[in-house]
Amino acid sequence: MSKRIKLQVARYRPEQESESVFEEYEVPCPSDWVVLDGLNHVKDQLDGTLSYRWSCRMGICGSCGMTVNGEPKLTCATFLDDYAPGPVRVEPLRNFPVIRDLVVDLGDFMQKLVRVKPWIVRSVEKPLAAGEYLQTPEEMDEYKQFSMCINCMLCYAACPIYGLDPKFIGPAAIALAQRYNLDSRDEGAAERLEILSEHEGIWGCTFVGECTKVCPKNVNPAGAIQRYKLNAALESVKSFFLPRGA
Amino acid sequence: MAHIAEHYTEYHPRWLRPHISTYWWLRKRSYFAFILREISSLFVAWSVVYVLLIVYAVGRGPTVYQELLEWSRQPWVIVVNVISLLLVGFHAVTWFNLAPQALVVRLGHTHVPGAVISASNYAAWVVVSAIVAWIIVGG
Amino acid sequence: MIRRSAEPLLWMVFSAGGVVAALVLPMLLFLFGVAFPLGWLTTPSAAHLAAVIGHPLTRLALVVVCTVSLFHAAHRFRYTLYDGLQIKHLNEIIALLCYGSAVVGSVASAYLLATF
Repeated sequence: MSKRIKLQVARYRPEQESESVFEEYEVPCPSDWVVLDGLNHVKDQLDGTLSYRWSCRMGICGSCGMTVNGEPKLTCATFLDDYAPGPVRVEPLRNFPVIRDLVVDLGDFMQKLVRVKPWIVRSVEKPLAAGEYLQTPEEMDEYKQFSMCINCMLCYAACPIYGLDPKFIGPAAIALAQRYNLDSRDEGAAERLEILSEHEGIWGCTFVGECTKVCPKNVNPAGAIQRYKLNAALESVKSFFLPRGA
Repeated sequence: MAHIAEHYTEYHPRWLRPHISTYWWLRKRSYFAFILREISSLFVAWSVVYVLLIVYAVGRGPTVYQELLEWSRQPWVIVVNVISLLLVGFHAVTWFNLAPQALVVRLGHTHVPGAVISASNYAAWVVVSAIVAWIIVGG
Repeated sequence: MIRRSAEPLLWMVFSAGGVVAALVLPMLLFLFGVAFPLGWLTTPSAAHLAAVIGHPLTRLALVVVCTVSLFHAAHRFRYTLYDGLQIKHLNEIIALLCYGSAVVGSVASAYLLATF
């Protein structure tokens, strides 16, 4: 008889319950199964009504983030065997409204993402005929780490500040802003600073540091935010002593 | 666009909106370490007050200074100061460890590794502490 | 509500205070709070300390240490109250109390050392 493990899955069916409840399923636990395989087994074999998001199964799409035994995890990269003998508790990502079962609403994050303009901003675009914007490998290394973000929102689920104040723009959005600020081809740093220097921007962060710990891509949002603070503080000092036109 | 999303939410009163407990920082060790680090601020303030008390007593002459020394030998004052020392020390250690996150120093084309930045902070700590001790005890 | 433009300045002072407090305060507290009261080291005489504090550089350094450390503590404690107790709606009162205490403490330290 092969190994099996118990999954305790948070269910929330708005048409029948007002609070989330746990349901227990027993699933196979071969050494190469991840939590997502367990959920797929439940959905295919045991209970087809279970709702959750997933797509690529290889840590790139960022859609299968859930709370596994209290920690935000990509369920496609979290092995069931590591939790043996179990049980494994699977809950939706924290700090987001739950739509159903393990599915949370992404709306807030999506709006925040757009606000920091995560694309290359140019004051004047070069004509196509003038060719690409060139960049040296060293220049790319400046921001590469921050560009690895897959928008999985694990950092938002880990951030108590975001949980306490949903207006806080949050780790991934700030790290992405920094990714473009540090890009030698970009000229949008001043525009982004205006949004991020609001109270709910970088100043809301008190450096709990959990975002960096849970990031599956080693983006280090906490570091990005602290660097941004230092930069913003120096900018404001500069603008104080050197007013425009001086 | 923001408008659409807000209205959308309004018509979904059945979304489950979890609440954060006031005691969220008890849920996890790392959260507790965070709140402890933040609470160290109170003990930093106390340290300043204590230093100012000494300055005041010294300024008022040897008698007042002796009185202050007597007071500082009371067990509860020592306990308060030991706890303060632990927390101020915790502040120092966490501060130096996190310094490389905010400070990115470049030498030519290479970034100075974070460990070097932390190490130089600790070195500065040793030097400053030695100078302070030397002035007060040995000088 | 704290004016938006104050935030970077407050953070700068918070950071400067964090560095100074970390470098200077542990040794001071160790000596005067633990080592001298417990008799691990000989307590310096009032005359010696008076000579040390009498030096203008010491006094200047002490005023700086006290001021930035107090603002560091005020800023951090303000956010601790927001995060730890979820009372951000009391923002104005909290900010006033925290930074107000720091101002009072700083002025007191400046007065104390200027008139030493």
